[in-house]
Amino acid sequence: MSEIAVRVEGLSKQFRIGARQQSYGTLRDQMVSTLKSLVGLNETHSKSSGGQTAPSDTFWALKDVSFEVKQGEVLGIIGRNGAGKSTLLKALSRITEPTCGRIEINGRVSSLLEVGTGFHGELTGRENVYLNGTILGMKRAEITKKFDEIVAFAEVDQFVDTPVKHYSSGMYLRLAFAVAAHLEPEILIVDEVLAVGDLSFQKRCLGKMEGVAKDGRTIFFVSHNMPAITRLCERAIYLDEGRLRADGPVHEVVNAYMNLGLGCMSCREWLDPDKAPGGEIARLRAVRVRTEDGACTEKIDIRKPVGIELEYEVIRPGYKLQPNVGLYNEEGVHLFESVDLDPAWRGRSRSQGRYRSTVWIPGNYLAEGTMFVNVDISTLEPWIVQCIERQAVAFQVIDSCDGDSARGDWAGPHPGVVRPLLTWNTVELGSL
Amino acid sequence: MQLDAGTVVKAPQTCEKVLNTIVPFHKKKVIIENRPGLLFVDWAELWEHRELLYALVMRELKVRYKQTAIGVSWVVLQPLITMVIFTVIFGYLAKLPSDGVWYPVFALTALLPWTYFSQAVTRSGTALVGNANLVSKIYFPRILLPLSMIIAPLVDLALSLVLLFGMLLYAGIPLTWKVLTLPAFIIIAMLTAIGISLFVSAANVKYRDVGHAIPFMVQIWMFVSPVAYPVSLVPEKWRFFYGLNPMAGVIEGFRWALLGQTAPDTLVMTASLAVFSMLVFAGLMYFRQMERQFADVI
Repeated sequence: MSEIAVRVEGLSKQFRIGARQQSYGTLRDQMVSTLKSLVGLNETHSKSSGGQTAPSDTFWALKDVSFEVKQGEVLGIIGRNGAGKSTLLKALSRITEPTCGRIEINGRVSSLLEVGTGFHGELTGRENVYLNGTILGMKRAEITKKFDEIVAFAEVDQFVDTPVKHYSSGMYLRLAFAVAAHLEPEILIVDEVLAVGDLSFQKRCLGKMEGVAKDGRTIFFVSHNMPAITRLCERAIYLDEGRLRADGPVHEVVNAYMNLGLGCMSCREWLDPDKAPGGEIARLRAVRVRTEDGACTEKIDIRKPVGIELEYEVIRPGYKLQPNVGLYNEEGVHLFESVDLDPAWRGRSRSQGRYRSTVWIPGNYLAEGTMFVNVDISTLEPWIVQCIERQAVAFQVIDSCDGDSARGDWAGPHPGVVRPLLTWNTVELGSL
Repeated sequence: MQLDAGTVVKAPQTCEKVLNTIVPFHKKKVIIENRPGLLFVDWAELWEHRELLYALVMRELKVRYKQTAIGVSWVVLQPLITMVIFTVIFGYLAKLPSDGVWYPVFALTALLPWTYFSQAVTRSGTALVGNANLVSKIYFPRILLPLSMIIAPLVDLALSLVLLFGMLLYAGIPLTWKVLTLPAFIIIAMLTAIGISLFVSAANVKYRDVGHAIPFMVQIWMFVSPVAYPVSLVPEKWRFFYGLNPMAGVIEGFRWALLGQTAPDTLVMTASLAVFSMLVFAGLMYFRQMERQFADVI
């Protein structure tokens, strides 16, 4: 048991700044820079002249990342946007070559960085299943064997011989995912593909993946969906600015990730304004979860209201701002979105300065469990998203068994995504 | 060599550690690291991905004429229409000689290998950029993309050969045993197309200018190949240099095999053999070298 499936040693990947946006040079640029260097007009640091790239023009998407994954382990990879997660996956799936360091892989790898890679609208569902399956590394015979299962999983039986361009987007995604879900690699690399499809389908995909994990296959799973990560993975690594910041049991690493600011899961502050999420007009400086009496806490009594406090700065005056908060439970169910409708500021341009907006979620409303809070701030007219901070904070709703919450005297599992304390009215209509 | 995303910055670690590791069972073990220096084709890996090549060829074939009214007839119409244009302009108006053969047949015999070659180069030249989503999301030997576009037009060629045989029958030109040598010339055309497309498709990833230049390149190439005129029109002293163009040899070969004209010069054939061998070899090296940064640059 516990053979090493993947060993990553000192993995680093360097990109030229803007290598993604300004992804291809032109011959003209090359010729111009060559000419310039010939006649002595050498602009040493010009970006387009690749030959003269100064060290400051490059950045490390991954820097000295090392870890090992045992066979059968499900490894979650978390980190904020641009932390190097995708680059790591691309290196693992051999799409991009590391700048230095090495990866050793034992076993057949399939990577799912996108669903439906290679799907062609003109081809029928059947043809696309074969094409996509082959691209993902399945053998024809294998696809034939699983074909019915794939089609049934995607629920597109009647349309197998229809070109996929006539599919609804949901059908298209379901079929694409179904092919991927039937891969049988020893090592599976999955990037956020679960962020697609309707909820019930997402649940089936998660279920399918849990099944895959139980078969002793090694899985790398990248997601912004903390609940999914904690459910699927026993271990996680946390990447930040290309470096490995934490590696260990999933709960600890998720905590480390959530706590990056200060204090606890329920409080995030960005002390360095340059690193704070934001745009040209506004930036987020802090998000806190507060109880009625002002304490910043991660444990909330189900009966008590909970306040989510956003602190942000308006850098450029004259815009109408719309702070917004979204709540997700630990299963990833999107509970609600709430926009700041405070009449004092609604439709009013903000002047430069620091603001604090707090939204109060009433007591006896949320169900128990961990709640993840997404925060975003946009301007209205024109509508520009300034920042979207997923899982900015999280808190735990705890149901007491005192008998005065919605569960009453029942102490067992109490399902439902909300748990409102509703008014009941019972009258006796007479005796039998 | 410029320093771009993905170029070597530090020497990779040594391999000692790997050699000491015992590989469990008979699992396939893959080492991913920066491999500097010249690289050669991993034939075993290509063989492993043969089904993918088949799938890519089939996709190209199926998709090509979807949602067209006359569908696959286009395959035959393209050389047929070009033949008519050539006959009118070069045969009738410019009165180009055709070595005593009826001009339409003379032109069509050359147009078939030429159409194949230009299709193969044009389609494979943009194969990588056109499939950027595959290149940046999935690992497979990248060479399969241009390769699939070299193979797919072979089907078009086979179909239009039927047309050509019909024309030959109509013109009363008998088929001889020489027809059996056609595959050899087709292979030369294929290899030449592969050699070119390895350079063009790889360079196109980084310099999109190449994509715009392909149609012109192909057009110029056609005029330096004996498509509209016979080789006998080329002055004797230039013949050898003319033969350096492998497509000249291919077209001459087609005319020899089908129309019974003079056999291609041995010296010329040797020269073009040397040229396309070098082309393919250099193309493979260039492609492998560029392949390492495709995903970063595309």
